[in-house]
Amino acid sequence: MSVDWNAFTPTAALAGGVLIGSAAAVFALFNGRIAGISGVLGGLLRPVMGDLGWRVAFVLGLVAAPLAYAVFASVPAPRIDVGWGELAIAGLLVGIGTRYGSGCTSGHGVCGLSRLSLRSLVATATFMGAGFATVFVVRHLIGA
Amino acid sequence: MPILTSLLAGLVFGIGLILSGMADPAKVLGFLDLAGRWDPSLALVMAGAVGIGLLGFAIARRRTASFLGLPMRLPKTRDIDGRLVGGSLLFGIGWGLAGFCPGPALVALGMGQVKAAIFVGAMLAGMGVFELLERRAASSAARA
Repeated sequence: MSVDWNAFTPTAALAGGVLIGSAAAVFALFNGRIAGISGVLGGLLRPVMGDLGWRVAFVLGLVAAPLAYAVFASVPAPRIDVGWGELAIAGLLVGIGTRYGSGCTSGHGVCGLSRLSLRSLVATATFMGAGFATVFVVRHLIGA
Repeated sequence: MPILTSLLAGLVFGIGLILSGMADPAKVLGFLDLAGRWDPSLALVMAGAVGIGLLGFAIARRRTASFLGLPMRLPKTRDIDGRLVGGSLLFGIGWGLAGFCPGPALVALGMGQVKAAIFVGAMLAGMGVFELLERRAASSAARA
């Protein structure tokens, strides 16, 4: 392993993390819910009366975040180097996987670890392990 | 009011994702690439988020109603089963293929990225597949 110190952005990463954690804390304290993006989205596909407004509002907040960010600073363009086919397969896997696993990076990762949930720790270790393994296979076994 | 706090939480969450670099798939893949030139930034995103989250959920856990008087709906499930691990595996593979997890994909969609739209569309389709399979399983269980 070699660390890419030029790409390392500790201050922005930590500050962004604090914002993410604050949003999750506010959501738990005011709305009494877990800020888990896959769960919020998945609930929209299982519509229950009176349960839709807050879900739509949360998703709108996420989608509108670049607009709000642009008020303070220029929004860095995301670098999406993979092709359409891979994106479609990846999206399908993320959609099915997060629903069967009851959570993603936000629900299990941020909120679950903050709640000291063993279940979320197992989920987080599993998807991070699978993520590391997948990048290893794609970049160093297939792509080598 | 819950709609407003939900919108705000989504907005701050999304701004945190942009600031931290999580909304940039190339940076996420740089973190997942342990064997390449590794960018440790995202470990600090998690540290910052969980640091604040621990505090927020420590307070939330002791409450029976939210600050807005809503019922607390924090997860009670503790099962570590095949669904949790299998789902998290699929999610991790998808995450490693594209560098997108659900939250950042929605934020990148808000930046007008066509490739993010492809991913989000596929992810919603995946969640739809989960709903169909769950309904089929529920109806065959009801018949049995």
